[in-house]
Amino acid sequence: MYGGGYVPVGAEEPKAAIENPELLAQFEARIARGEKIEPRDWMPAAYRKQLIRMIEQHAHSEIIGSLPEGTWITRAPGFRRKLALMAKVQDEVGHAQLLYSAAETLGKSREDMINDLINGKSKYSNVFNYPAETWADVAVIGFLIDAAAIVNQVANSKGSYGPYCRALERICYEESFHLKQGHSVFVWLATGTSMQRDMLQQALNRWWEPIMHFFGPSDKMSQHTETLMRWKVKMATNDVMRQQFLNMYVPKIWELGLSLPDPQLRKDESTGQWLFTEPNWDTFFKVINGDGPCNRERLAVRKVAEERGAWVRAALSRADARYVTPLA
Amino acid sequence: MMTNSNDFPTGPLARYLLQIADDQLIMGHRNSEWTGLGPILEEDIAFSSVAQDQVGHALAFYEFLQKECGADDPDQTAFNRPENRMLCNGLVEQPIGDYAFSLARHWCYDHAIRLRYESLSGIPNPVLQSLAVKLQGEVKYHTFHADTWMKSLLQGSEESRLRMISAIKEVWPLALGMFESWVGEDDLLNEMGPNGHPWYPGEAALRLQWQEHALQSLQGWGVDVDQGALSKLEPVLGGRQGFHTEHLAPLLDEMTAVFRLDPQAEW
Repeated sequence: MYGGGYVPVGAEEPKAAIENPELLAQFEARIARGEKIEPRDWMPAAYRKQLIRMIEQHAHSEIIGSLPEGTWITRAPGFRRKLALMAKVQDEVGHAQLLYSAAETLGKSREDMINDLINGKSKYSNVFNYPAETWADVAVIGFLIDAAAIVNQVANSKGSYGPYCRALERICYEESFHLKQGHSVFVWLATGTSMQRDMLQQALNRWWEPIMHFFGPSDKMSQHTETLMRWKVKMATNDVMRQQFLNMYVPKIWELGLSLPDPQLRKDESTGQWLFTEPNWDTFFKVINGDGPCNRERLAVRKVAEERGAWVRAALSRADARYVTPLA
Repeated sequence: MMTNSNDFPTGPLARYLLQIADDQLIMGHRNSEWTGLGPILEEDIAFSSVAQDQVGHALAFYEFLQKECGADDPDQTAFNRPENRMLCNGLVEQPIGDYAFSLARHWCYDHAIRLRYESLSGIPNPVLQSLAVKLQGEVKYHTFHADTWMKSLLQGSEESRLRMISAIKEVWPLALGMFESWVGEDDLLNEMGPNGHPWYPGEAALRLQWQEHALQSLQGWGVDVDQGALSKLEPVLGGRQGFHTEHLAPLLDEMTAVFRLDPQAEW
């Protein structure tokens, strides 16, 4: 799953002007024709830089995203849920592996990317900085966050960079199973006992703001992204994706008799657009800058995992060495 | 009112299968704890695959026990049984520790399961026989994975070698406890397979087979094994009688936390 691809506030519009104009024109013509750019092809430095940032953020989101759900694997009620959640979270880690490989084709190593994650230099999706407090959070994450991620990833899979698109196609295929898993847990709770239903409603209330934040700030507030859209790095605006998501999933939530904590939320039938209360964007920026409820915990866990595994990685890098030491 | 699953299957075969199922459930549960925390992404993924197989194998045996031996449904058997009625061994109960410990345990454990499935594939019951053959196909990958990593880390750096050797020493007495003798074992010993030979060799014989293979592997990987010192290590026993290490109760509390909110609810 993933949310992001938003251009961080403060990022500059890529400076295409500094590139060789002839090569740049050929590059842009290829993209306009719908061709994919491959690792050995010429590309503007700004294109490479933005793609590394985007794919890396996506990969980080997958491994950090495995943490809140991962803590529920050991508590999943019954075999069906336990086995499905294990497989689902394993897929997310597999997505990170695919994405780090895709980003590596642009010239940054996995180690460098993970180091930048741990030292806070590169970001991951804000949504994983919130806690998963109850089993119902697993339902909301699996159904709605994965659904939002699919909206984002299906758009990006039609982008211009070949290795990223191919990774995303495979990821989207697996995500569609995750959505089914999340939807199943969600529906079971929604149609279960009153305790189960309350648990779900409370989780939904907690997650609504992070979900509304998921696609990033409104286009009115965002940085200029014309070049990135022309280069097919960014495929749809934040508002377009948010509207798509609301249109597909709000009716499904309401159908189950659940409510959403926004009295303004409704579809304007004359425009086809959803109206809603703007979520608090100050909170969004606060969380993205490291001050969310779980930012420190998530990075600390990742850091410990990296440190504790360092000896394994070091040993693998010199597999030819042999030592003889007595046992027992 | 919460009821515990006390409708225990009776008879030596049912008890033996319950021991295997409980081992697999708890081992799979522990291995799943590596998800998101492995030393490299590929190992997160590998441990998760092994864990999924193990929990899946536990389910297959609980289903057999339900259909053929009158046990409760698998969710109740696994998620609603008090600690003293669990029959898993002390090795699988241990927390994941560091990667060296988890890998050494994985290697010890899956080779023991390989031997159990090999013997089970000679059982007269055709359902169990074909189940054992099917599950053997999955365990083959577990032992292959464990052997590959044991070799790599025992022959990797000096640090990795020392860490692995220390983990093997730590795991060994717990691993010997996998072969604790159990009530009813003697009855199974006399049961003939379709080929006219007993299909179950008994715990002592399984332990010898396991130990011989493990020591041979270690020697092949350049570990100078002091067999005398190893044979002095006392096995950790009790699991097969429902006496567990201090790690099982918190594991069960966690595993059943949601299920116990309402054991009759559908999740």
